[in-house]
Amino acid sequence: MTAGAIKPPGKAPVVDAPTSRRRGWGWLLLVPGMLYLAVFFLFPTVQLLFTSLYDPSGSYVQGYSMTWHFANYVDALKDNWNLFVRSFTYAGIATVVCLMLGYPLAYAIAFKAGRWKYFMLVLVIAPFFTSFLLRTLAWRTILSDQGPVTSFFQFVGLLPDDGRLLATPFAVIAGLIYNFLPFMTLPLYASLDKVDYRLIEAAGDLYSNPVTAFRRVTFPLSLPGVVSGTLLTFIPACGDYINAELLGTPKQYMVGNRIQAAFLTEHNYPLAASLSLILMAVVMVMVVAYIRRAGTEELV
Amino acid sequence: MAVSTTRAPVSPEPVRAKPSKRPRGRWLSDHLVLLLGILVLVYTFVPIGYIFALSFSQPTGRSATAQFESFTWNNWTTICEPEGLCESVKLSFEVSLVATLVATVLGTLMAFALVRHTFRGRAASNLVIFLPMATPEVVMGSSLLAMFVSVGFDSVLGYITIVIAHVLFCLSFVVVTVKARLVGMDSRLEQAAMDLYANEWQTFRLVTLPLAMPGIVAAAMLSFSLSFDDFIVTNFTAGQSVTFPLFIYGSKLKDFPPQLFVVGTLMFLISFLFVIAAEVWRRQRARSLRAPAARRSRRRAPA
Repeated sequence: MTAGAIKPPGKAPVVDAPTSRRRGWGWLLLVPGMLYLAVFFLFPTVQLLFTSLYDPSGSYVQGYSMTWHFANYVDALKDNWNLFVRSFTYAGIATVVCLMLGYPLAYAIAFKAGRWKYFMLVLVIAPFFTSFLLRTLAWRTILSDQGPVTSFFQFVGLLPDDGRLLATPFAVIAGLIYNFLPFMTLPLYASLDKVDYRLIEAAGDLYSNPVTAFRRVTFPLSLPGVVSGTLLTFIPACGDYINAELLGTPKQYMVGNRIQAAFLTEHNYPLAASLSLILMAVVMVMVVAYIRRAGTEELV
Repeated sequence: MAVSTTRAPVSPEPVRAKPSKRPRGRWLSDHLVLLLGILVLVYTFVPIGYIFALSFSQPTGRSATAQFESFTWNNWTTICEPEGLCESVKLSFEVSLVATLVATVLGTLMAFALVRHTFRGRAASNLVIFLPMATPEVVMGSSLLAMFVSVGFDSVLGYITIVIAHVLFCLSFVVVTVKARLVGMDSRLEQAAMDLYANEWQTFRLVTLPLAMPGIVAAAMLSFSLSFDDFIVTNFTAGQSVTFPLFIYGSKLKDFPPQLFVVGTLMFLISFLFVIAAEVWRRQRARSLRAPAARRSRRRAPA
């Protein structure tokens, strides 16, 4: 489906791409999209900033008064810091497992699938064609107390006989892994597909064993894909609340659950806004630090 | 594709030159990766199998976590029976089509501006385009809702506000996807067209646009699937409107109609057939283009 997106761009032209750039009025093409982003993204974000500073004693019905109430942030963190820790832990574990699952898959498609390459790519995206809520509900059935996975785990002794998988952190993280795996696999594939396989063969010809060849040649060359894949997995996983809600209990709730409840059921807008902004700021800081460290600008 | 097929003729020679040096474990490790990949794929299809099976399950009056009880065709013949189900699918289609169209047009223009033109503030523009992707959906949804409420839009929350939100989160993905295609495009082809006396518009229409098309189509498809499947942002901006994901979410709390699994199965089958058809078409086209491609690869081989 997204074959075009992940198709390797041609090799030769990159060299003279800059010279083909023109000065002039071309930037006007940018205007409609930028206006859209300004009105519907930047403006709401600034407004969210103001909302987060409203006097928390107001209410949705009576309206809020602006009191530059910075204590909202302190309160939000004090009551919910454990949710933040849990969100980033779950999302971090899910991202690492996604990388471990997605890398062999992307590698197999890029180098080993031969003429089945595109078919395998389609298969990567195919589960996406069904609503992710339905897939998560299917996992609820699979991981349920009578389900096959629980029985198997009990049979091999990984779980006590009355142990369960559903409503545990395991289920929530497993759901995150499942739902965000393609976000990892596709950028990885796009990156690996650009790698010149002759370089890997050359490493082998120079008496490097497969592990060293992978560590010194393949993996570094695929780093842009690793970076964008981990970002595209980690960012949405941090803010997700569906997996925690459908596969977990309030004990596994993540910060997204809290924001959603504060906004949509409690109508506590200042709290919801400060939680949102803290989440956004932390994610932003992590992303920038990560991009700096990995030294790639593939995404930005 | 180009990587493996065009290079295949080059590689065997050096490898075969000293077969004795190849470690014997390599055949195994080669196929181990493929096997691992296939296992991961199988894993991703497990819930699809469950959805397919549950679409034939006789409802027992209990919730959807109930196991498969007994076989029935009924769910397939009464798809539209649960109140609001088919309407929600229709609304999702309408929203996704409009959002995809708007996002693809705006995003493609932006990608062209960013790749093809130099101007002040390009880096800043790139950053602004990246920001929505780095924003968790729950934050985007809540900020949009806060804005709609504050400008007095809360009475019209629904179709319009859903489309606005969907265009927003699709836009950045379109820009990134189309940009990736444009960056890799051989600009010498356009220069050649100009050398052959094509004017700017002819060059764009006959050379640039067809070359960029795979990227644009991919971006549109990505947008459509992101939009059709979105729950979190939609939940904030939908008001009283119900899209298909919202319908699923709403019915998980009460009686869970098994027709949902029928719709899920249908969605999977239809888009799968669509993709397979596109792939068959692509292969036929590739076959007709193979001769020039082979010539090109021969030219590139010595490098």
